[in-house]
Amino acid sequence: MYLSLGLFGNAIVSGLLLGGFYAAVTIGISISFGMLDIANIAHPGFIVLGSYGAWYANSRFGVDPLIASVVLMPAFYLLGAGIYQLYYHAFERRGDASLRGLAFFFGLLFITEVGLILVFGVDYRLVRAPYIGPSLYLGALEFPLRLLVPFLASLAMVGLLWLYLSRSFTGRAILAVAQDAEALRIMGANPQRIKRIAFALSIATTSLAGAILIVIQPVEPSIGRDYIGRVFAIAVLGGLGSFAGTVVAAILLGIMESLTATFYGPSWSPAIAFGFLLLALAVKPSGMFGR
Amino acid sequence: MRGWTFLLLAVLVAGAVYAAAAAVNNGYVFFAGYVVLQYVVLATAWNLLGGYTGYVNFGIAGFFALAAYTTVALEKLAPLPLPVVILAGGAISGLLGLGMGYLTLRLRGVFFSIATLAMAVVAQTFVVNWNFVGGSAGAFVIRPQFTAWLRIDYIHYLFLLMLGLCVIALATARLIERSRLGDGFAAIRDDELAAEAAGVPTLRLKLIATALSGAFMGMAGAPLPYYVTYLDPPSAFSLSYAVNTIAMPLIGGTAAWPGPLIGALLLATLQQLVTVTISSAVNLLIVGLMLVGFIIIAPRGIIGWFGIGAGLVRKGKRR
Repeated sequence: MYLSLGLFGNAIVSGLLLGGFYAAVTIGISISFGMLDIANIAHPGFIVLGSYGAWYANSRFGVDPLIASVVLMPAFYLLGAGIYQLYYHAFERRGDASLRGLAFFFGLLFITEVGLILVFGVDYRLVRAPYIGPSLYLGALEFPLRLLVPFLASLAMVGLLWLYLSRSFTGRAILAVAQDAEALRIMGANPQRIKRIAFALSIATTSLAGAILIVIQPVEPSIGRDYIGRVFAIAVLGGLGSFAGTVVAAILLGIMESLTATFYGPSWSPAIAFGFLLLALAVKPSGMFGR
Repeated sequence: MRGWTFLLLAVLVAGAVYAAAAAVNNGYVFFAGYVVLQYVVLATAWNLLGGYTGYVNFGIAGFFALAAYTTVALEKLAPLPLPVVILAGGAISGLLGLGMGYLTLRLRGVFFSIATLAMAVVAQTFVVNWNFVGGSAGAFVIRPQFTAWLRIDYIHYLFLLMLGLCVIALATARLIERSRLGDGFAAIRDDELAAEAAGVPTLRLKLIATALSGAFMGMAGAPLPYYVTYLDPPSAFSLSYAVNTIAMPLIGGTAAWPGPLIGALLLATLQQLVTVTISSAVNLLIVGLMLVGFIIIAPRGIIGWFGIGAGLVRKGKRR
């Protein structure tokens, strides 16, 4: 296969934009797994739920999917708070979070998937929006708006979350609970409440991440599974809990997948995420930006 | 009960089950029974790692389907007797378990779990791109009507083989529980750091568990192509294998070998009934809800209600 510079450049650009989307998908895991140590493998399931929320609002009422997902965020926040409450009482409080906690989230992943199949069927769903289709051009480089708009929305969400965590009182308490829950208790804050807020936030991000997903590609209920490997690979390589690391790792994976898809064929790209994850686990489990 | 007595008893029970199924003399009994037995092997295999050492494997479909595709590949290359094919599939999946474990078992258990989940997706990617075994289009396998010798109906033969695998898997699980190996596994599950400090070779034990568990999952999957006669990646790598296989030991109880057996018999039979009477999507939803419900309400499973397994965990030596 001959290597054209334009093809290569466009593969890098679409990988970069795809990476922005991966950051949106992963940021919730960086909070729940990276900071709270809750291995929420059902996270991609909630992202698909977010996609269906955006799809329903879009196809039924004609609302822009991204705006609809922001409106739906409080509902996802409440869902997250409820799940954490259940998780806390059933597992975390008993100190039995590892085996049964994992199986619990696995069950949740499966229930959301089958539930969506029962309600909406197994057809692929897609949304309509003015930015799906046209592209911006910068010389020979093509910036499809279908990828560019989600990229910007994703960076905005990550930026706002970072501002919240580093500036607000509750946000700093979340960072503190990630370091030492016991010390936080001594300082007079309730770690369980802080963790509930943080976990609820992580689920709230899935609303927008889901909308971004359905803008980028058609969605069916079981598509979440393809993202489990990617999401955890990025979170681990980004150094669990580091936002900057998550964004860098997401973009890195996006570019690698895009290059693979361009030069070897898209059916191989899921294998890249796994290679990425194994490499991260085998070489440097604390990630690129590990503490 | 000594090991040999148990094995003899298990063989007798298996013989009785086969005789009963043959007495009914209904093709559907063997068809549905095969699936139930396959889940007994899968659940017991999963529990060797998940229940005894506490490491959660989500990649069941990967181990299972890889062996099934080994069968497809072997059938095209060199047709061998089915028991040999089952051993080959078990060896391949056991090696896969060993490799996965070697790369990830030195880390915290969660990383292993996530890696297994991703592994299943990647194994599927490889099979989809592997045109020799049919790729994404799937592969047809011709099931002979009768076996070459004794001329038994082939479905009866598959049922019989799976019954044999059940006996071997359960006897292995029971043997491990009562051996030093089982004590080592339990030490890892209860407190890995303390076990390591006390001189338990934790990594080696975990690798043994992963390889054994993977091998049995592979052996359960190897006859699959002859059972379904048409195998394609989405059905071979179906997530429902993983959910079922994890739900069964957790519902039955993970502390001792009767747990996965009871869970598998109960859940798989229930599923066969619901699939026939209601629908297969609803039956998967029931499994998901039962899994979540049981781990919240009855963390020690059904055998916990009868106090089985509770003593085994606390007593240091037991023979």
